[in-house]
Amino acid sequence: MNPKRVDKIATIVIYIMSGTIIIILLALLLYILLAGIKVVNWHFLTSASKSFQAGGGIGVQLFNSLYLLVLSMLFSFPFALGIAIYLTEYAQNPKLTNWISSAIEVLSSLPSIVVGLFGFLVFVINFHLQFSILSGALTLMIFNLPLLVRSMEDALQSVSVSQREAGLALGLSRWETVIHVIIPECLPSIVTGVILAAGRVFGEAAALIYTAGQSAPPLNFTNWNILSLTSPLNPMRPAETLAVHIWKVNSEGLIPDAAAVSAGASLVLVVVVLLFNLLARFVGKKLYQHLTGE
Amino acid sequence: MDSIAKKLQQRSLSARIERRGKLVTQCLTLLIVLLVLVIFAFIATKGVAVFTKDRGNLWTFFTGSTWSPDKLDIHRRPLIGALPMIVGSFSVTLLAVLLATPFALAAAIFMTEIAPKKGQQILQPVIELLVGIPSVVYGFIGLGVVVPFVQKLVGGSGFGIFAGALVLFVMILPTITSMTVDALKAVPRYYREASLALGATQWQTIYKVVLRAGTPGIMTAIIFGMSRAFGEALAVQMVIGNAILMPSSLASPSTTLTSVLTMNMGNTIMKTTANNALWSLALLLLIMALFFNIVVKYIARKGEL
Repeated sequence: MNPKRVDKIATIVIYIMSGTIIIILLALLLYILLAGIKVVNWHFLTSASKSFQAGGGIGVQLFNSLYLLVLSMLFSFPFALGIAIYLTEYAQNPKLTNWISSAIEVLSSLPSIVVGLFGFLVFVINFHLQFSILSGALTLMIFNLPLLVRSMEDALQSVSVSQREAGLALGLSRWETVIHVIIPECLPSIVTGVILAAGRVFGEAAALIYTAGQSAPPLNFTNWNILSLTSPLNPMRPAETLAVHIWKVNSEGLIPDAAAVSAGASLVLVVVVLLFNLLARFVGKKLYQHLTGE
Repeated sequence: MDSIAKKLQQRSLSARIERRGKLVTQCLTLLIVLLVLVIFAFIATKGVAVFTKDRGNLWTFFTGSTWSPDKLDIHRRPLIGALPMIVGSFSVTLLAVLLATPFALAAAIFMTEIAPKKGQQILQPVIELLVGIPSVVYGFIGLGVVVPFVQKLVGGSGFGIFAGALVLFVMILPTITSMTVDALKAVPRYYREASLALGATQWQTIYKVVLRAGTPGIMTAIIFGMSRAFGEALAVQMVIGNAILMPSSLASPSTTLTSVLTMNMGNTIMKTTANNALWSLALLLLIMALFFNIVVKYIARKGEL
């Protein structure tokens, strides 16, 4: 066969295969939408789940997911930012930096179930935190850190050297340069990275099964006493999240309408993750415009 | 005078802030390195307990096919044959990677060589969306679509390695694709120009020059995909059938390391043989993750030369 024919055939094959990927995604989204749209309504989103009967909602799980997300971000944001600042601004020994980056890489490559089991061993059992939001949030922090550190490092490194030099030339210390010059400069990309990480954390389940627990005690949203077991804000209560709920409902099969509940919950999960993605783009852009005055 | 001298000799406020800032970030960095070491130490000590305390046999662990850690064999050793799960994990992973790699390569070539503009506009968001879909949702779709499909295709229950591999195929596709895109983008432009100037067609350039030059990067992408597939827990657990038996066919219920862990960790009591045996599976997962990591590092170093 002459090369020109081969070229044509190869191009067509690549078009077909790329098209297949697009079709797969469209089919996935369509399936989630069609299966879920019949189930999702206000009642489904706000009512409590049921263990053995049909007709349960996902209200508590939805709240748990969001609360857990906020809490774990509160822990991991300063942690990750500190590490990123150290690695980009202070660490001078390239060999040492290399070792630290390798450690973070290893952490990011650990299977989430292994991170979850570590959380179970340390937070749930050794620290006696039981199956609780706190254990879950700490475990999610471990799960989340490598990704956050990497995105923040990229953001900090993208600021040009001349900005650092300008700060230092004005007599600012390194730390002041970082806080007052570098971070404001790259804030849009830091925020984008954080929101994207939030989307990933929101859908995570394997790390939470044995840390935040697989049960969702009923909540009383008028109870603001943080120590009470029915208070939504109590960080010591077990908290099944939306993703864990989907998994549990499907693998235990105790409720008769498992397929419907998981279809609805899947739709909510995917929509929230999509919202996070859009938000990341939107906020990043807005913040950039605001900061640069364009 | 004294107060002025004192003031001059003292560290300024900004110097103190500087020192404190550096110290804090240094401690945080130290903490994350410690965290990694602690994870390894904890899981390793828990993972070897079944061999050291409960007299488990390492050889049986890798070659035996009976998994019932609370029973003893004739040598009064616990039955911890993990071969079915090891085989399950590896076959699901390899099958998924074999399926995903050609598609990922095609998509990456499309995005970098054939239609970079369309790739940016159409395929890039598709890849990003695929990454964003949570793994339990993949599992749910696997239950609703893939399992019945496999059942129709080859019979049986539909639960099994093939269903697991199909679900993983979609899950690792975006990982491999985006890393391959990076690898191909890193190939210098003049390689292509030189090849085209010699009269090669676009496909010849892609096949003989760009893909060759990008091989280390592509290998890294594939290993990363494998590593993700090997460690994925819930989506696979939902469609694989969870029977701790040696897989007899691609469509017979089987199991993986991760799914045994997720299913059974809650049903065993801490410090019993059954529980220790599960931690040995976690240790095996950890070692595999480390192994994939080292392979990636090795390839990257070779690629540089």
